[in-house]
Amino acid sequence: MKAKVLLSLVLLCGSLAAPAARAGDAAPAAAPAAPPACELPAYLLSSESQLPKVAEAIKSGKPLEILVVGSRSTTIPSSEDASYPARMQAILKDKLPPSEAVHVSVEIQSKKTAEEAAATFVKLMEAKRPTLVIWQTGTVDAIRAIDPDDFRGAVTEGVAALQNAGADVVLMNLQYSPRTETMISVPPYLDNMRVVAQEHDVPLFDRFAIMRQWNDQGQFDLFSPSRGPELAKQVHDCLGRALAQFVIDAAHVGPAQQQN
Amino acid sequence: MTIADQVTGTPIAGTAGAKPAEARPLEAKPRAAAPAISLPAIGERELRLDLFRGLALWLIFIDHLPPSLLTWFTIRNYGFSDATEIFIFISGYTAAFVYGRAMLESGVVIATARIMRRVWQIYVAHVFLFTIFLAEISYVATSFENPLYTEEMGIMDFLKQPDVTIVQALLLRFRPVNMDVLPLYIVLMLALPLILWSMKWKPDLTLALSAVLYAVTWEYDLYFSAYPNGFWAFNPLAWQLLFVFGAWCALGGARRMSRILASPVTMWISIAYIGAAFYVTLTWYVPQLSHLMPKRLEQWMYPIDKTDLDVLRFTHFLALAALTVRFLPRDWPGLKSPWLRPLILCGSHSLEIFCLGVFLAFAGHFILAEVSGGAVMHAVISLSGILIMWGVAWVISWYKRVADKSGAKIKNAVGNADLAGGG
Repeated sequence: MKAKVLLSLVLLCGSLAAPAARAGDAAPAAAPAAPPACELPAYLLSSESQLPKVAEAIKSGKPLEILVVGSRSTTIPSSEDASYPARMQAILKDKLPPSEAVHVSVEIQSKKTAEEAAATFVKLMEAKRPTLVIWQTGTVDAIRAIDPDDFRGAVTEGVAALQNAGADVVLMNLQYSPRTETMISVPPYLDNMRVVAQEHDVPLFDRFAIMRQWNDQGQFDLFSPSRGPELAKQVHDCLGRALAQFVIDAAHVGPAQQQN
Repeated sequence: MTIADQVTGTPIAGTAGAKPAEARPLEAKPRAAAPAISLPAIGERELRLDLFRGLALWLIFIDHLPPSLLTWFTIRNYGFSDATEIFIFISGYTAAFVYGRAMLESGVVIATARIMRRVWQIYVAHVFLFTIFLAEISYVATSFENPLYTEEMGIMDFLKQPDVTIVQALLLRFRPVNMDVLPLYIVLMLALPLILWSMKWKPDLTLALSAVLYAVTWEYDLYFSAYPNGFWAFNPLAWQLLFVFGAWCALGGARRMSRILASPVTMWISIAYIGAAFYVTLTWYVPQLSHLMPKRLEQWMYPIDKTDLDVLRFTHFLALAALTVRFLPRDWPGLKSPWLRPLILCGSHSLEIFCLGVFLAFAGHFILAEVSGGAVMHAVISLSGILIMWGVAWVISWYKRVADKSGAKIKNAVGNADLAGGG
């Protein structure tokens, strides 16, 4: 019996392994002058929840202090300037009136679960006092297969801590990573983040759906094994743009306060 | 306790989940006293079991691939329960059928030995699949260095500690995505000698004890821990209820329930419940409908837990099974039709085809990643996967026929695991 299963599977293996490496392995042609259009359907960039503190800061001309708390997927190794927080700062400065001071700071907590990250929030908020916190989380929890209920509890606590400290909160979920789809079970973490966002009326930036949209449309080839940073830079540029647009929309910044 | 309660369950999750199952022993006890268990005549194969197990295997394969058009054909989109319930129930049924007979004819020790041999086969199959998984992810780990995904590559960290990981995998505590069903099956089969021994003595009490264990699992939140953390995706302490229920049905329970199953009341309650479940699932995909759902009901109902076999899932399966038994008689001529042959073939070699399905899902992911990920490719992979499952099932059947012919002199009247569709 065992031998039969084995034989049939080995035969199959042979026939399936035949297709060699992917045809066009090269990263999408780097076009330095024209950045790829980061088109997205409107529903991915809109949220019913609002950012009242951001809206007020912009309205009264107070500086907009944004803190991005995230794990390693918030940055690109050795090109931090091209990562999405930096790109978002540039785009926001561009879109908001010149008088509006925008400052984005980044707090990378690599290899920390939502629970471990949330434990640092009280101190972090005392030190930085941001208007808006963008909390990117879920990846470490998914990799370590943390109990989804515990994860939801940790995200809830974290969001509450940030809100109690007087900041608006945007939640950002996991990256769409087709290569690791068979290895990391992502859906429970996406679902639980959506639930927490709904319960606490916090805008959720659906990074997973956005990146999958780009991949499915052929905008980016997220299967690419390329070692170069070009693809990562382009994706982060688009993420930064999308995030800036998302924040502006959720804060309901009127056209008068927006330069375009 | 009315018939209605048996099908739909009582509305309180947890302890109350045991009620429908517990009710039966009470009413059946007087009759159960004299013959402890009875076995249907051997010889004719129950094709309905093969058919639905084959269907479950196909659906599990499709559900393990990334979502595509075909995913819409899987039953999990139309109600609470899915292919896993069918698979575990039929496994309990056939295992009890085959090894229950062995226990009556050859005694407890021999039957236990044969069950352990089967457990060993399943265990080896699981380890084999794990090896394939290791090969796949080692390949990805060495060939894929996109800086966009440095964090996700952290999943490969366990490759740095193969000593721990491999031992944990052998202990069934480290299970990658999509490799949860076989460990559950192994644990259930390990418990089978005890279940059968107890059923031989008092079948209804056994089922009641199983329901009590299920209730206690819910009440006290019992679980099997996993490595590096978390718990088993299918909690054997809860899922055993379905397995034991299958065994109970195989050992005469189904016959004693036939009056209930034939009643129109059962039918209408089942239809109503399945219809309601369909409506609830519809609200997941058409959010516009969700405001028609009473908030109170939502709060009571969600989450519908797969890990611990939610009562809603169990009763949904019961309703489906009741309707199936009613509208698909044992001697339905369609069961012999060539159109259903592929499903029946796959269902009658369930362990091999299940493992093949898991492997094909891995391979399918791999091709989608390495060659191209378009919708056409996706459809091709799904369909060819099913064709391969059918082809291999056919080859196994053919080989078995040939081998049986040449080895006819050692006729084994007891029947082996595959005769009744595998244990």
